[in-house]
Amino acid sequence: MRKIYSIGLVRGLLWQILGTALGIGILTGIRYLMGLTAWKGESAAVFGALLGSLFFVYGIGAMDDWIKVAGGQEVHEPDESGWGSMRYFGVSLDHKVIGIQYLALSLVLMIVGGSFALIFRTELADTGMQFLTLMEYNTLMSLHGMVMIVGILVGVAAFMNYLIPMMLGARDMAFPRLNAFSFWLAVPASLILLSSMALGGFDTGWTGYPPLSARAPVGVQMFFLGVSLAGMGTVLSSLNIIATAIRMRATGMTGFRLPIFVWGSLATSLVSLTATQLIGLSFQMVMFQRLFGMGFFDPAKGGNPILFQHLFWFYSHPAVYVFVLPGLGIISELLPVFARKPLYGYKWVAISSFSIAIIGFLVWGHHMFASGMAEYLRVPFMYSTLLVAVPTGVKFFSWLGTLWRGKIEFPVPMLFVLAGIVVFLIGGLTGPPNATIATDLHLTDTYFITGHFHDTMFGGYVFPFFAAIYYWFPKMTGKRLNETLGKVHFWLMAPAFIILSTVMMRTGLLGMRRRIADYDPELYLVQDHVVMTVAGFLVAVGILVFIINTFWSLRRGEVATGNIWNSRSPEWQVPSPMPAHNYDRPFEVVGEPYDYGLPGSVYVEFKEE
Amino acid sequence: MKRYVTILVLVIVSTFVIHAWLVGIGLFPTGASTQSVIIDQLFHVHIWIISFLFSLIMVTLIYSVVIFRRKKGETGEGAHLTGNSTLEIAWTGIPLMAVLVLAFVGATTLGEIRAIDPSALQVRVNAGQWFWQYQYPEYGVTSTELYLPVSKQVNLQMTSVDVIHSFWVPEFRVKQDLVPGQTTELRVTPSLIGVYKVRCAELCGLRHAYMEGLVYVVSQTDFDNWILKQQSAAPPSPELRGQQLASQYGCTNCHSIDGSAMNGPTWLRLAGSNVELTDGSTVVADDDYLRTSIISPNTQVVMGFQANVMPDFSTVLDQTMVESLIAYIKTLK
Repeated sequence: MRKIYSIGLVRGLLWQILGTALGIGILTGIRYLMGLTAWKGESAAVFGALLGSLFFVYGIGAMDDWIKVAGGQEVHEPDESGWGSMRYFGVSLDHKVIGIQYLALSLVLMIVGGSFALIFRTELADTGMQFLTLMEYNTLMSLHGMVMIVGILVGVAAFMNYLIPMMLGARDMAFPRLNAFSFWLAVPASLILLSSMALGGFDTGWTGYPPLSARAPVGVQMFFLGVSLAGMGTVLSSLNIIATAIRMRATGMTGFRLPIFVWGSLATSLVSLTATQLIGLSFQMVMFQRLFGMGFFDPAKGGNPILFQHLFWFYSHPAVYVFVLPGLGIISELLPVFARKPLYGYKWVAISSFSIAIIGFLVWGHHMFASGMAEYLRVPFMYSTLLVAVPTGVKFFSWLGTLWRGKIEFPVPMLFVLAGIVVFLIGGLTGPPNATIATDLHLTDTYFITGHFHDTMFGGYVFPFFAAIYYWFPKMTGKRLNETLGKVHFWLMAPAFIILSTVMMRTGLLGMRRRIADYDPELYLVQDHVVMTVAGFLVAVGILVFIINTFWSLRRGEVATGNIWNSRSPEWQVPSPMPAHNYDRPFEVVGEPYDYGLPGSVYVEFKEE
Repeated sequence: MKRYVTILVLVIVSTFVIHAWLVGIGLFPTGASTQSVIIDQLFHVHIWIISFLFSLIMVTLIYSVVIFRRKKGETGEGAHLTGNSTLEIAWTGIPLMAVLVLAFVGATTLGEIRAIDPSALQVRVNAGQWFWQYQYPEYGVTSTELYLPVSKQVNLQMTSVDVIHSFWVPEFRVKQDLVPGQTTELRVTPSLIGVYKVRCAELCGLRHAYMEGLVYVVSQTDFDNWILKQQSAAPPSPELRGQQLASQYGCTNCHSIDGSAMNGPTWLRLAGSNVELTDGSTVVADDDYLRTSIISPNTQVVMGFQANVMPDFSTVLDQTMVESLIAYIKTLK
């Protein structure tokens, strides 16, 4: 019993249950003492969930050191060497452990969110309601969106945490305890988010627009609270990334000698640090509207429903750049390795990430062309939106320049990189029709948007994310993922996904609205929906192959401790897996990061003892 | 040089092939408004841009992957090319100019589809969970189906009684949200006689998928006849009228007529019964109670149900409509 309790995750969960019960009790008690109707389920659930999340983080021990410091005690760095694989289930301060924890959580969330999609995708294979009720459909559809978004945020954090200190030559992140705290906040946040299913579900979509969300079942409160907590973890995590990238670089690693992934991560973190608050704010305002009757978005009380959309999209548009910039960074990072050539126009690629991030702040209104916002805002938002195409184009041309006259190799990570480029290209090219307002009035809130959005997410995040897993798995484990299974995964997933998203866009143009549980047989779209459903399952089978590959390779994979990709990056110059605190000797940057093909040049040189 | 010529030729061929394919597979529903013609022209500009850029990048990518792949037994690294500032400036500057031109075209198109005809037919649109209602103030006609004369601009002044909805007839190509507490405007000029469907495009709750209504585009003569018929139609009995209204305005989406539990209290055996309210009091469901519940639903909330769920119907239903509904509810015994 004590042994089980010593596992951090179990302890955290027990404390979360305790905290939730306590929160419900406290709130009900206060109401009783104040002479109000004691039981108010919604308030009790919200306060309970909030207290439960704090208890989780406390119970697992993510705040122990801070509490000690506050009490005047000294804290020491724990020696984690004897913890074995158990260290992944509790608080660890090692950025590599935290990175892998993030990665595991991300995969779990995305598998859960993806399964939701499979369920309602099957429901949509024919008109009429097959096996879901309308509320079940709406809940699954809404949660698919948000669970995937949280899963992607967590996945982005996984690679930023795992890679950045190694790439910079640092021992760890700038604030290891904050790092662990940010991660462990994401766990109760995810549980709260998913608990919305048990509390009546909700029918608002991931956007949660009021007044609809102000009158949805209680489940929507768990959705708002879960997202707010996950968002807080993201803000803290991005602060950590920025501090690390600015302060902890190796000697000689000037701005334009940074690995390109770090540039993408910095741009992403700046957006996360400054915009995430707005989605938290907008969601909390609806929570308060429901709990305390504050009429922020209630026209009967002088509120304005469109204000919510401004606040919401001020984060939620830049958020897509949060998802894709690290992924595009991975593409730029891996292409030179497999083309055996320098990254073409390094400085332009680096600056394009920042341009995308900055322009991304000025385009949120393009989600609202049909919303009823002030009409004179539409044209300026069209201009700013189309401008995003310019730095995005620079990335594509630079990738082509990198491939040109290379000696290209095609192991599994490179296949995913190339698929990422192609899919992101489709996502990018289908963007401008949504920007020029007149055409968007036909497209907005249809499956065209769904298809376009999934293309940008898969091209900018999912495919590069898999490339990164195949590429850095040996660094994490000392073993290599099976190439044959990897290729099976790729060939199942990539073509099926392209078909899926393309058919989505076509049905949207023909009249298929977003977020509908059922569709008019007179649209004659059943055949397209069957194709999409089959394609969706093929993607899922591909991912199943990947999961099998992971477990198989962990046990029996080919041992790979050396520089198997022949990379110039510092983390590959030392044996895998990387020990705690990374390098035993500091290194100095003496060359350009991607000078493949320049005889005798190196990127880093390790100092002698 | 030969390489560049090959790529150029392939890009041109591919652009035309992809363009032909995209146009050929049928991407758009029938265009049934003058706005749709203008919008489809802009769509075709986009299709050309997409065909060209997709070809440019894919042809170069596939060409590189095939020609520059590492051949069997080949060793060594690729060419050491780190960049070219002229090229970078070109592929930043040219797209910049292109998007500015595109944005200008986009703004012009928006101006064209928003052109105002002062003699437009005025229609007030009210939407709610889950119904569409159209009022023709010039004729004193109210309908749940939209009749429009062909080739005449209609000015839809729209609002919602509860959550956000969106008016979209795919054949008209344009879309506009209906927001509670404010009035939004949509102008369309139907150009093709036929029957279409308005499909709510903003998620509005459980039955969002089914929030569709019929839109008839008819000749001016047929439109005038329809208006006359509406104006002179002998009113049906209040009970029958009430029954029609109950389904047209979505009442029965939340209030069952067979006693089963839904979002709102059932109507079966409601009239004359004793109703327990959330404030603990009990009232008799007489005509006054039913009237208040329809036009001011948050005044007396029934025990076990939530306030702010039912919209305020006072702006949507006139007095005779309310009385008809009450008459209908009284028949449900």
